Amino acid sequence: MRVDGRGRIDRTQPVEFRFDGKPVTGYRGDTIASALLAQGQVLMARSFKYHRPRGVLTAGSEEPNALMEVGTGAAMTPNVRATMQEIFPGLVAQSQNRVGPLDRDLLSVNDLLWPFLGAGFYYKTFMWPRSFWERLYEPIIRRAAGLGRLTPEASPERHEKAFAFCDLLVIGGGPAGLMAALTAAKGGADVILVEEAPEFGGRLLSDRQEVGAAGAATWVDGIIGDLQATGRVRLMPRTTVTGVYDDGSYGALERVARHVAPAPDLPPECFWRIRAKQAVLAAGAHERPIAFPMNDRPGIMLAGAVRTYLNRYGVAAGRNVTIFATNDAAHRTAIELQEAGVRIAAVIDSRREAVPQGDYRLIRGGQVIGSKGRRALREITYRTGERVDRLTTDCLAVSGGWNPALHLTCHLGARPVWDEEGKMFLPAPGAVPGLTPVGACNGAISTAACLREGVEAGKAALKALGLRAPRNVTVPEASDDPGRGQALWFVEGKGRAWLDFANDVTTKDVKLAAQEGFISVEHMKRYTTQGMAPDQGKSSNIAALAYLADTTGRGIPETGTTTYRPPFVPVTMGALGAFAEGAGFAPQRHTTSHAAATSRGAPMIEAGLWYRPSYLPRPGETTWRQACDREVAMVREAVGVVDVSTLGKIDIQGPDAGAFLDFLYTNMFSTLPIGRVRYGMMLREDGHVMDDGTTARLGEHHYVMTTTTAAAGQVMAHLDFVAQGLRPDLDVRAISVTENWAQFSVAGPEARRLLNGILDTPIDTVCFPFMACGAVTVHGVAARLFRISFSGEEAYEIAVPSRYGDALYRDLVARAETLGGGAYGMEALNVLRLEKGFITHAEIHGRVTAYDIGMQNMLSAKKDFIGKAAAARPGLLEPDRERLVGLKPVETDGVLTAGARLFSDGSAHVRETDQGYVTSVGPSPTLGHMIALGFLRHGPERLGERIVMVDHLRGLRTHCEVCAPVFFDPDGGRARG
Amino acid sequence: MADLIATSTEGRTLAEADGLSLSQTPLTPIWAIAPYRGKAGPTSEALAQAHGLPFPAPGALHEAEGARIAWSGLDQAFLLGVRPNAALADHAALTDQSDAWANLVIDGARARDVLARFVPIDLSPAACPPGSARRTLMGHMPALILHPGGDRFEILVFRSMTGTAAHDLTRAMRALSARAAL
Repeated sequence: MRVDGRGRIDRTQPVEFRFDGKPVTGYRGDTIASALLAQGQVLMARSFKYHRPRGVLTAGSEEPNALMEVGTGAAMTPNVRATMQEIFPGLVAQSQNRVGPLDRDLLSVNDLLWPFLGAGFYYKTFMWPRSFWERLYEPIIRRAAGLGRLTPEASPERHEKAFAFCDLLVIGGGPAGLMAALTAAKGGADVILVEEAPEFGGRLLSDRQEVGAAGAATWVDGIIGDLQATGRVRLMPRTTVTGVYDDGSYGALERVARHVAPAPDLPPECFWRIRAKQAVLAAGAHERPIAFPMNDRPGIMLAGAVRTYLNRYGVAAGRNVTIFATNDAAHRTAIELQEAGVRIAAVIDSRREAVPQGDYRLIRGGQVIGSKGRRALREITYRTGERVDRLTTDCLAVSGGWNPALHLTCHLGARPVWDEEGKMFLPAPGAVPGLTPVGACNGAISTAACLREGVEAGKAALKALGLRAPRNVTVPEASDDPGRGQALWFVEGKGRAWLDFANDVTTKDVKLAAQEGFISVEHMKRYTTQGMAPDQGKSSNIAALAYLADTTGRGIPETGTTTYRPPFVPVTMGALGAFAEGAGFAPQRHTTSHAAATSRGAPMIEAGLWYRPSYLPRPGETTWRQACDREVAMVREAVGVVDVSTLGKIDIQGPDAGAFLDFLYTNMFSTLPIGRVRYGMMLREDGHVMDDGTTARLGEHHYVMTTTTAAAGQVMAHLDFVAQGLRPDLDVRAISVTENWAQFSVAGPEARRLLNGILDTPIDTVCFPFMACGAVTVHGVAARLFRISFSGEEAYEIAVPSRYGDALYRDLVARAETLGGGAYGMEALNVLRLEKGFITHAEIHGRVTAYDIGMQNMLSAKKDFIGKAAAARPGLLEPDRERLVGLKPVETDGVLTAGARLFSDGSAHVRETDQGYVTSVGPSPTLGHMIALGFLRHGPERLGERIVMVDHLRGLRTHCEVCAPVFFDPDGGRARG
Repeated sequence: MADLIATSTEGRTLAEADGLSLSQTPLTPIWAIAPYRGKAGPTSEALAQAHGLPFPAPGALHEAEGARIAWSGLDQAFLLGVRPNAALADHAALTDQSDAWANLVIDGARARDVLARFVPIDLSPAACPPGSARRTLMGHMPALILHPGGDRFEILVFRSMTGTAAHDLTRAMRALSARAAL
């Protein structure tokens, strides 16, 4: 019911949205919850397990009941709290976890079965037969008990992530937070003030009270103006700090545009990572429910929430309201509602000494022990001493006192401390370095105390920042009444009394847990699932442990509390993964030949972050094999061109460059003549192969190293580590030049002829023999030429500054085509190197030694190098290790697959008899059958032996012959030219 | 004989929105200068003599006579806009990086807000004053960020990642515009 003249909603702006398919009209500024309550729609959800009708319990982010699916299609978000979702024209919300309409949920039959559905029931009930659990029981239970649905499609929403920095982060924009921010900003600190609600003010806007000489709302407006005037405060409304991390790092979720209709480019949410030198926690407090029998009826809500709906939204939660309270503060609810013209049925106060604060019926020493009403509250039953009475009412406002919202103080591992006097848990002192809890979250419940602690915290932060406290900040006058009361956690009586509304956990479940031995609060939590719903037990944890304490005859401090972990409120995965959706998962690295390759219809494959052409199809070629076979033949018979810029290139200079390389590589580089290239292998400290590649000597103190594409970053980091950490005695400098050069391999019998068409000075095999390198010019551009081969053919790699890459690639390919060749891709490159037995990281995968790949003779005996000692360890040089071999099928059409296992002929194909595995395979058009590299026990000793390749995953079995890894041109005559 | 036509040497505007512009600068010489052991002093002196620039302290960017020098890592600086004088080679390793980096310039009142979407360090005037160079990340990409002053930030990313960097910055600019219209 809407109340005239109350609330901060804009009544000139009606807003229509849909709830469960029906149109609902609210006002701008309403939440779904307030708009529905204004329409008299109290029923908003079905409970988790028993499918009981539920309305809102709260008016904030701690809401356990009113969870909804908001949005349509793949952009639908489940479990949205109706108390947080502001309405906008076109908003679509649906109740969730129901079968059939909300008011006739078919699964509410569960509620009749409640005696069988207590804590742990499914562990005990669905034990047999065992196999039924996964296939039958679990799916049914998951359907019956649950929350919102997930959409199977990826969400089209595009959120943001961002970083922010400040001197002081103030978490919470209530009286304490506002004063802390103002004090610090006036003292010269850069402040970020974060507030979960759309408006700053906290309880100052939810209660009717005065601050200074004015109404609280007016005072808040003035403070916001003052904050803005300092020019030092970033105000972040609709933002919740979700986690505290090391060294002053905080995570925060900003609901940027959840309150308006979706629009292109407009991020719905932004996940902030805030780095703050100091922080003030002013998160306020959550009101405590009381666990009395049948306390979950729609219309039963927290007293503070009833005032929030009245003062923020102009909504009376009922027409005839009863208050059930343990404290003076809750009496304000009666007074404020009366002032707004709402009838008060009674105020039932559990204290015999309670004093009325206005003209209403006060029932002293009373306790509510039951409720009635199918879809909404109709009547309550209460007890005073021995006497039991009934009261007709449509809304019961409950207050069991307040729990400080200290959750963030636990995120680094601290546990809250019990305060016997205040009967509440308080933040542990020093729980988070640099963070000061103030106000209600620190146990200071009165407005005056909040304002005062805020100013003090602002001054303390300034001192810690080395700034001076301002003189012109005064603490305004406000109510100093904390609203004293007594602790009342639960009321014994007939019927279920809910502790955790979100997960349907009652006092009986906690008692059962204790009976069955789960008396530790951590065990009770896991057995009953109390506190494990999306609300993380914000309204249930303290009451549940108090009940557990009572059941087990211990005190609350002895029982202890569970702790809280991030996130404080649910965070959408979309916000956490912002910018990483789809192709945004990783940066895309494009070579300079990318456009030329894709324009030829080449399918691109990922190699690390790089994109490389798989093959370059010609007209009429319909399969990759056709293109690959042609490209291989092209290189063997004419000339092929491939972009090899993705290989890592590291420029190494300095007087000790040679010594540095000798230490890095297993073989010698200080002896390499200028103008020559050498193949090198480097080991990790543990003696296993790390990477291989060629290094060219360009000058006396100047080398350029080539790494594999896969290990380029790893090797660069390795070089930095070795130069800085292991060999600081060497005068050497290394820097990556991978990006600076576009490098193309030109391979095949016609390679030299092709190159001589573009080199300003032609070369021949005498002046430029195999493994030579040098500076050249192509079309007048300074370039580097290396005569190295990964195909076994006479081959050259030519490098030009990247700006010329596109032009040179196109020119090389066009010239190759006139010579009967052309561009080739990764598939052909792989076949070519397999035919030659050249290894890649498929072979040097991190678990093999130089011995395993037959390169033991590359470990120099004349010098020390990284990994030398470890490579000589016993076990790493045993002949029965899996060692590199070639494999060819006995039948020419035999299929080989990478990853398949190898077995001796006649043995069983099981783990115990496993002899090795296949690492790389390819179809060799040169040889007319598939070829493979693999690792086989005693490998090189078994050449000519017939073995069996078994691919258990693909159901494949192929007889193979073990052969040398080099299938083609074993003496290397073709490459030497 | 044909000529090789260089690509990406022209500057280009990539996006404009709400007084904010994103552009790519023309390629200019970029040379890494890494003084050899104990040669930081002589390198700095040679730099001053040849180019009027000192070897920069960590995080610093200097400009003189159309050339600039930016700290770019441990014992390393990038000389931008000019080829280093040959005499420097006596004291430092010189490496051509001209084609290795794309220089994306974002300029405008909300440039810092755009960068805050991707860059994990504080770029506020207090933490990153005019004349700063920061070796950091832009999203998952290694970056060198130069801040000559005003609201101008130059983001040097690997040439191969230009497309991703431009895409990400453009998306953030659009999102900020949409936010501003709220």
